Amino acid sequence: MAVSAVWEHFPHGADVGVRGIGPTKEDAFQQVALALTAVVTDPTSIRCVVAVPIVCRAPSDDLLLADWLNAIVYEMATRHVLFGAYSVMFHDGELRATAWGEAVEPARHQPAVEIKGATYTALRVERVEDDHWLAQCVVDV
Amino acid sequence: MDLTRLDRRSDTEWWIAPHGRMRVPGIIYGSEALVRDMDVKVYEQVENVATLRGIQRASYAMPDAHWGYGFPIGGVAAFDPDEGGVVSAGGVGFDISCGVRLLHTGLLAPDVEAIKPRLAEALARGVPAGLGSVGRVHLDAAELDAMLSGGARWAVDRGYGTAADLERIEEHGCMAGARPDDVSTFAKNRQRDEMGTLGSGNHYLEVQRVTDVFDAAAAAAFHLREDDVVVCIHCGSRGLGHQIGTEFLRRMAIEAPQYGIDLADRELACAPIASPLGEAYLGAMRAGINCALANRQIITHLVRRVFADLAPRAQLDLLYDVSHNTCKVEQHRTNGRARSLFVHRKGATRALGPGHPDLPAAFAAIGQPVIIGGTMGTASYVLVGTAAGEAKSFGSSCHGAGRRMSRHAAAKLWHGREVIRELADRGVLVRSPSPRGVAEEAPGAYKDVTAVVDAADAAGLSTKVARLEPLVCVKG
Repeated sequence: MAVSAVWEHFPHGADVGVRGIGPTKEDAFQQVALALTAVVTDPTSIRCVVAVPIVCRAPSDDLLLADWLNAIVYEMATRHVLFGAYSVMFHDGELRATAWGEAVEPARHQPAVEIKGATYTALRVERVEDDHWLAQCVVDV
Repeated sequence: MDLTRLDRRSDTEWWIAPHGRMRVPGIIYGSEALVRDMDVKVYEQVENVATLRGIQRASYAMPDAHWGYGFPIGGVAAFDPDEGGVVSAGGVGFDISCGVRLLHTGLLAPDVEAIKPRLAEALARGVPAGLGSVGRVHLDAAELDAMLSGGARWAVDRGYGTAADLERIEEHGCMAGARPDDVSTFAKNRQRDEMGTLGSGNHYLEVQRVTDVFDAAAAAAFHLREDDVVVCIHCGSRGLGHQIGTEFLRRMAIEAPQYGIDLADRELACAPIASPLGEAYLGAMRAGINCALANRQIITHLVRRVFADLAPRAQLDLLYDVSHNTCKVEQHRTNGRARSLFVHRKGATRALGPGHPDLPAAFAAIGQPVIIGGTMGTASYVLVGTAAGEAKSFGSSCHGAGRRMSRHAAAKLWHGREVIRELADRGVLVRSPSPRGVAEEAPGAYKDVTAVVDAADAAGLSTKVARLEPLVCVKG
């Protein structure tokens, strides 16, 4: 049976682990981005009215994951937005994505915490049991 | 942590004998209970830091050590550039120069009790906190670079505070050697709207009461008496520091092989001090330190305005400002000679003993105030640096309680509104835009700060001066 695309958090002493799982690498990267959003607020509370293009390139899949999450952190911080949906494509070793969201409304979104950056702790991108992909790391908050 | 893997040298000093690639021993300070409760990752990270080139004496962990990134939080390590020593972005961390400053108010607890609710509201309104908050100070490119070069001195020059403040800040408020040109446009963009903001997570602004004085002489030198009201500000270099950390961690991890560095853990990412990458990081990191010092200085100005409105006779003089995520060049004696070492403190506070030449004149005879943050519901402490601390830990001590459970676990155990209500019942007014954030930061999610401070005292890293309890806490 095909694995569903899902995200989850995993515990870390002081910070938060974010994990995405999906049938494809693209799905796993989209899901781990939702897990990142969920560190801050409920992703379903975010209206997707603004689209932000993101492009990343890195020498390995795991560094690409860290770059992807750090690019989202940067866009959230500088545009004062939260993202509730993501689409990801890989092309010639490059990640091309769109993040959709809206301006932060503290009263409505009640953001729990700012994210400082994606770390290399528990950083993994891999195909598991030939039927799904996993992408994860710990984020510093 | 399995204590049988450690060589116990005293009640509070535990050694890891050099083995494998370790160049020096590991030394963990803490009571038996604290060390036993430490994650095994602390052991591994102390071990890994000890493998880095040019490390001197030992790889240290303070009594509040916990699992960090490359270095343990609570880690201290010093490197000699003449022995190929390194500088590590992981050894400073993402929140460059995160730190704590303590302000006197000249008020006593009964004075504040009458205005406490209004004070809590005014501080929450007056100091931007939490995700989505925007500072009121916006800098163009030239001013941003001036701030990165000048730190708190820049802020004072712009009217945020007084020259007297600068004497009570490490480096006299301005970290030398900052190179704004080595700070990326991305990092500068991230700081555009964040000057004078508190941030979120474990950062806070507290009004506190001195509940106990343990060392009368030091307390007198620090002008702390029982029932005095003080203000504590805990925050760092905000988005700019986070971005510098992110970018240099990546570069150092990728370029390590070019420098012949084989990392035991990728997050130990480092470069030789005497290399273009090492020098670029030091220039950017020092700019990050200045950003943090300027940020805390602006917040101080905002706090003073609030007190001026509500308690006009309050006098908010700065006791001291200490950073606990830094790498600084310091003079230390190792192997029989004085050297300039690059001392990394990741979640550790510099704790200079009496007579140290870098101390302000007011503290020259007594030692440096060491400010230890607590949690919303427990206590904070002021300690004083010791002469013995130099030999024990390059003059370093603990920095806070340290978490004992994850945010995830805390959010399952507590509800933010309940935490706020329970603390209000105990006389602590918490103001935060985020109930979930408060739940994740619930006092029960942290270790016992008193046990940490007692261990630092017993180990001789720094000694207790006063205990403080929160009256008002503003969190992001």
